[in-house]
Amino acid sequence: MKQIVIISGKGGTGKTVITGSLAAMAKDKVIADCDVDAADLHLLLDPEIKKSHIFKSGFTAFTHKDKCIDCGICKKVCRFDAVKDDFTIDPVSCEGCAFCSYACPENAIEMKENISGKWFVSETRFGPMVHARLGIAEENSGKLVSLVRQKAKEIAEDRNYKWVIIDGSPGIGCPVIASITGVDCVVMVTEPTLSGLHDAKRLLDVTNHFNIEARIIINKYDLNPDVTGKIEKWSKDKNIEILGKIEFNRSVVESVVNGKTVIEYTNNKVTEQLGNIWKTLERELEEEK
Amino acid sequence: MIISVASGKGGTGKTTVAVNLALSLANTRLIDCDVEEPNCHIFVKPDIESRRKVSIPIPQVNDDKCDGCGRCQEVCAYNAIAVVNKKVIVFPELCHGCGSCSYFCPLKAIDEKNKEIGIIEAGRKGGTDFVHGRLNIGMMMSPPVIREVKKYIDKKKTVIIDAPPGTSCPVITAIKDTDFIILVTEPTPFGLNDLSLAIGVVKKLGIPSGVIINRSDLGNKKVENYCAEENIPVLMKIPFDRRIAEIYSGGDVIVEVLPEYKNKFRDLYKKIEAIINNKK
Repeated sequence: MKQIVIISGKGGTGKTVITGSLAAMAKDKVIADCDVDAADLHLLLDPEIKKSHIFKSGFTAFTHKDKCIDCGICKKVCRFDAVKDDFTIDPVSCEGCAFCSYACPENAIEMKENISGKWFVSETRFGPMVHARLGIAEENSGKLVSLVRQKAKEIAEDRNYKWVIIDGSPGIGCPVIASITGVDCVVMVTEPTLSGLHDAKRLLDVTNHFNIEARIIINKYDLNPDVTGKIEKWSKDKNIEILGKIEFNRSVVESVVNGKTVIEYTNNKVTEQLGNIWKTLERELEEEK
Repeated sequence: MIISVASGKGGTGKTTVAVNLALSLANTRLIDCDVEEPNCHIFVKPDIESRRKVSIPIPQVNDDKCDGCGRCQEVCAYNAIAVVNKKVIVFPELCHGCGSCSYFCPLKAIDEKNKEIGIIEAGRKGGTDFVHGRLNIGMMMSPPVIREVKKYIDKKKTVIIDAPPGTSCPVITAIKDTDFIILVTEPTPFGLNDLSLAIGVVKKLGIPSGVIINRSDLGNKKVENYCAEENIPVLMKIPFDRRIAEIYSGGDVIVEVLPEYKNKFRDLYKKIEAIINNKK
């Protein structure tokens, strides 16, 4: 079983559209949506939720004012500016370190466990899917990502499936690192803009830092041939394989509006390019062993 | 006034809006808080005048003083410090720098040393001040860098904050304590779904907000209908225009190449000002 993750650094380059397409083409796979902050893959795959679980993670301080003697020690020790002038806690700023709670001489500060979100095991027309929803303004998305991945991997092992296909989140921080550690293949999706290239470079530094092999897809490559040329040159210099290039085509937006993967929605240049990308990736990963 | 630009979904045009708004107004300071993938500098091309490292304090155990009592492990909420066979091991990448372990160590055996996690660069371009933060590669936590960048907020100026995508801690850190939040979206199911999540965050923070619909003619009407139902003002619509896509892709600024857009961004500012004055 091999795990493939689709990430991009920059947001909006087409991760979810490409993940959805791979999910439609690959056989024997589990799909995992690890963009738990702003999950969108379900809008294409229409999962039927089979099991729903609560995700508890971390703690938030709560001041019992009836016990509080207004000594102010909590405010003095807190480094996150989460203790207000009346010594109650601003839950948005609280990092759950519990320093205040340990330091309080009256035991007036309780650490309450956060219900940070939910995660789901579902069935889709393309097979099982594990996904999640982080609560509004909650943290610890990295832990939720690890949980979703772990569950997806277990299902794939149980059923003796070949692939886990993971939709990642933008950026290079905690949820991204949680989504790439230990995978077999990182697919970076970029676009021919200077921002796209800049962000891909930073992302490659991250995959190199963790010693994970990365491949690249240039999406909407015809929107700026000059920058596409720069990305190709950079990829060559860095010895990254370009899996393929996908043209800009309004049918992609139309497929999203219709709640379908572009593979199901139409048959054109874009679907042909996506088909070739999957063929290449499948062959290479099967040969690796 | 402090205006933050956020989105939920990535790639909807936050940076485009932040940069063009900042460069259309006088006496502005543009602060790029997307420290994982900062992009504003690509367009603004500022002259950087100062650089500063951002660090968090992480524990350093003095083995001569430590008796392995385990109190530090007990108080650490992040499993960043462990005591094995009376010996303390620190996991710096898990440490949030709260300082609890060194405070509670009965033998005062824990000092703190600074660990660099990012950098801040400040400069200017014409009449616009520019500041951004950059998270170091391999670091997990961007909020401490964002908090440091936000210290450059100057209330005497119009401050524009470019926020990271998403709905969790980095976004909250970037947009809280601002006066107004612009949410940039696109009229697709992805744009709508992530907009509704972002609206949830904005409501929780209790900050007035409005929506910009980018590439407004690619997709459907559901985002507009949603805004009308939820009573969220649509501040601006930007139709898909290959010229804009080209300007953006080459790292240029719309209001410099197509000066007619300057008035549109000034109007945007006036609308925001009117909303804020109305609330007061």
